[in-house]
Formats: sequence, structure tokens, C-alpha cells
Amino acid sequence: MSEYLVLIYADHEAMEAAEPAEGNTLMKEHEEFGKNNAASLRGGNALQAVTTATSLRRDATGKLVVTDGAFTETKEALGGYYLIEAPDLDAAISIASQVPAPHGGVEVRPIWVLG
Amino acid sequence: MRRDDVEAAIADAYRHEWGFVLAATVRVTGDIDVAEECVQDAFGRAVAAWASRGVPERPGAWLTTVARRRAIDVLRHEASRTRAHAVAVASEDVVEEDVRDERLRLIFTCCHPSLAIETQVALALRLLCGLTTSEVARAFLVSETTMAARLTRGKKKIRDARIPFRVPEREELPERLDAVLSAIHLVFTTGYTAPNGSELVRRDLVENARQLAALLHQLLPDESDVAGLLALIWLTDARHEARVDDEGSLALLSEQDRSRWDRAAIAEGQALVRRALAAGSTGRFVLMAAITAVHSEAASWEETDWREIVGLYDILMLTWPSPVVALNRAVAVSFAEGPEAGLLALATLADEPQLANYGYLASARADFLRRLGHRAEARAAYEEALAQQSNDVERSFLRRRLRELEV
Repeated sequence: MSEYLVLIYADHEAMEAAEPAEGNTLMKEHEEFGKNNAASLRGGNALQAVTTATSLRRDATGKLVVTDGAFTETKEALGGYYLIEAPDLDAAISIASQVPAPHGGVEVRPIWVLG
Repeated sequence: MRRDDVEAAIADAYRHEWGFVLAATVRVTGDIDVAEECVQDAFGRAVAAWASRGVPERPGAWLTTVARRRAIDVLRHEASRTRAHAVAVASEDVVEEDVRDERLRLIFTCCHPSLAIETQVALALRLLCGLTTSEVARAFLVSETTMAARLTRGKKKIRDARIPFRVPEREELPERLDAVLSAIHLVFTTGYTAPNGSELVRRDLVENARQLAALLHQLLPDESDVAGLLALIWLTDARHEARVDDEGSLALLSEQDRSRWDRAAIAEGQALVRRALAAGSTGRFVLMAAITAVHSEAASWEETDWREIVGLYDILMLTWPSPVVALNRAVAVSFAEGPEAGLLALATLADEPQLANYGYLASARADFLRRLGHRAEARAAYEEALAQQSNDVERSFLRRRLRELEV
């Protein structure tokens, strides 16, 4: 068995502009997904809006620079994730394809097991 | 055993047995890199063994047994080093029936949709056709370093993301098979119309594409689109002798000396198409092969059944709507109903982003205009096509047309 991180990306402006009802439906869909895939789920969270993100970098002199916003500026921002366990990539894709991801999609990344 | 004979037998085994031996060894190792080393090792041992004892009756089985034995040694060694649990050792005896499926598994792994198409094609040529990295690099006109990096990244993804070695289940088979067929088709078209340079046909790539399609057809005899792709390769490639004239310039289908077409290859392709159509298939490769078959039946360009071809394109547009198919349909329409109708069919394609830098759109328009006698407009369209075309042979054809229009 391997672990995969399923990263959920969405157009953050479209998400913020969405009606509250859409948010409620999305919540229900995630609950449903969680129930259907309980055996494979190892964790997961939703993230606060990308406007709350703070990025840290070091400049050429090694000084810490703190900036407002996501690490990379893109239309689609990371909005949440699931950690899943699956025997292979096909199985992982089959689970990830059920993750609700309106206004965006998901990325599947194998976890690198160290040591 | 003479040295030359052994070398010839080894070279032959590289060409025809590599994929078979590698797939069977991957089954034992579960890892492509380790399997490749073991297979390479087996080929190395074959040099001395075959020289002293003669070439075995079934070289593929011999190589597989040796490579698998080596793989088991490597795994045992690895297991004792890491004190991992004992390795479950597969049987060392090679049953060819089992190995057939191993190759099928490996094809689906190489052509997994999670890999970029250029990676899929490179992996298929390296792992299943036994081309060396430098041969694959040359085929796609990239440096050996670039190709080595591409192959390494691909194999790393298969290992680290755990792309499985398995034949897809029935319900996902059509989509996955389509990806495999697209990759093989790309190998063929890359070989048949090399995108750059002066050599129009790269025989080795065409041969490899045919070999892969034939293997797939042998393993999945009931999949009509596999038969369709194999037929398409036979029928298209049957013309290769006639495609370039004695001076090395491109001869269009309309100008080709049809007596130079390979009749045996055409018969092979036609039989495959007939069977697939009889089974009711409307897969895209079956239809493309059927269109090519109509051309191959015509004794001359003038006697081509263009209405039949337009009809086949109409069905193809339903199963596989794409701007390139629409462009080819427009060309067929221009012959069935005249260049005016052809221009009309092209009109909707002008703003198609997929055709923005596709030289064949401009050259089709140029041809229709030329046939209508609109010389100035035709010249402008040929100039446009010339600016977009990078194949030397195709370019010299466009220049010839331009010269003719100047007289």
C-alpha cells in the first residue's frame, strides 16, 4: 500500500463569489465522499481562503522576507487536501476522481516515504 | 558457432525478443530499472554461451530464463542486505503463454495516461522495442541527454507513483486502449513523416510501430480498433516506395506510380479492414484504414471513389470530431464535388486554434485556389504553407508549386 496526497485546487475568486447554498452542497458532498471512502482516508482538511496565506522566503542575504499571499500566484489555489492510502496509482486516481472539486480539480501526489 | 552468426542472432534477439524478455523479468522484479539491468546481463551472457553451445532453439525463452534467474539473485541479495522478508520466488521456467500477458501489461504501463505522450512513446520504444536511448533520441530529434532524462523521469514516475503493471478492466479498456493506440500511431506518423530534416520516411520507426501494433493485435484479437491501426500502418506504408520520386522529391498520392505500391502489404491491410468493418466497428483507426483502403483499390487517382471517401469521413467526424479530420474531409469534398465545395468546407476551419500553425491547412486552400485558377491567391496560400512547414521534402514540393504558378 502507498499513501497519496490529493490536493484540491480551485479558482479562488469563483469560490468566493459562489452562493452560500453552493458551499452547503459542497460540504455535504465532502461528507458523502468521506463516508464512501472511509477505509482509504488517512486525513484531510479544508484550508482557509488563499487571501489568509502568508509566504516566507529568504532573500539573497539570508534575511527572512514575509509576504502576504500564496507562495505562487495562480488563478487556482490550494483549497484543501486528503491523505489517502491506495495499492497503486490507478486505485488512487479512482478515489481522487470522487473528490468534489468545483471550479477546479485535484492533483494526486505519491508520498515519499523517507528512511 | 561462427562469431558472425552469434552476433547476428544476438542482434536479431535484440530486435524481436527484448520486449518479451524484459516484460517477463519486470514480473519478477516489479521494477523496470532492475529488470533492464538483468536483461542486459542476460544478453551479455548469451554472447559467450551461444558461441560455445550454439544459438538456442528459442532465444527469447533462453534469455528470459537467464534474466529471471539473475533477477531472483539480485532480489535475494537485496533482501538479505536489508533483512527484509524472504522474497517470494517465481518459477524460473518460462511458459510463453504467461509471458504474452506480461508484454500486454507492460504496454499499458508505458502508455498510462498519467505519463506525457512523448514519455509514453519513448518508454514503449525503449522497453518494448529494445531501441537504445540514443536510437530513441535520434528518432525524435532530441539530444541523447534529453532523452535519457525523459526515460529516467518516466521510469521514476512509474516506480514512485506506483503505476501498476496490469491490463485494465473491461470497463476502462476502451479509453486506455485508445491511449496505447495513439502512442503507437504517433510512433508511426513520426517515422512516416519525419517532422524535420530531409529524410521523409524513417524506416525503423515505421517498423517498430508495425511490430507494436501487430503484437497488440495478436494479444487482443477481438479489439477491432487495434486491427484498424495495424491495417492503417500496412495500407499507408504500402505506398512508401512511391512516395518519393527518383529525384527525392515528394510525390503526391495523385502523382504516385501505383505500380510501385506494395500489393502484399495492401492485401494484408485490406483483409484486416474488411474483418473489422464486418464486425460493425466504427472506431477511428478502422475508419482511417477504410479510407486508405479505398485509395489502395483505385487503379488511378481519377478512378478514386471520392464519394465513398467523403462518406467514410462523415462517419469519422461523428466518432472522432477533430479539425484535422475536418481538413482531410474538405480535401475529399474538393475532389468529389469540386474545389469550390472544398473551399466552403475549409471556411469554418480558418479560426481553429489547433490548425493555427498547421501547414496542411494553407496548402489545402492553396491547392483548391490553384485548381480554380485564382493564381495570386493560391501563391499567397502556398507562401503561408511554406512558412509553417519544416520538413525539407514537403517544402520542396511547395516551392515547386509556387514556381509553376509563376510561369
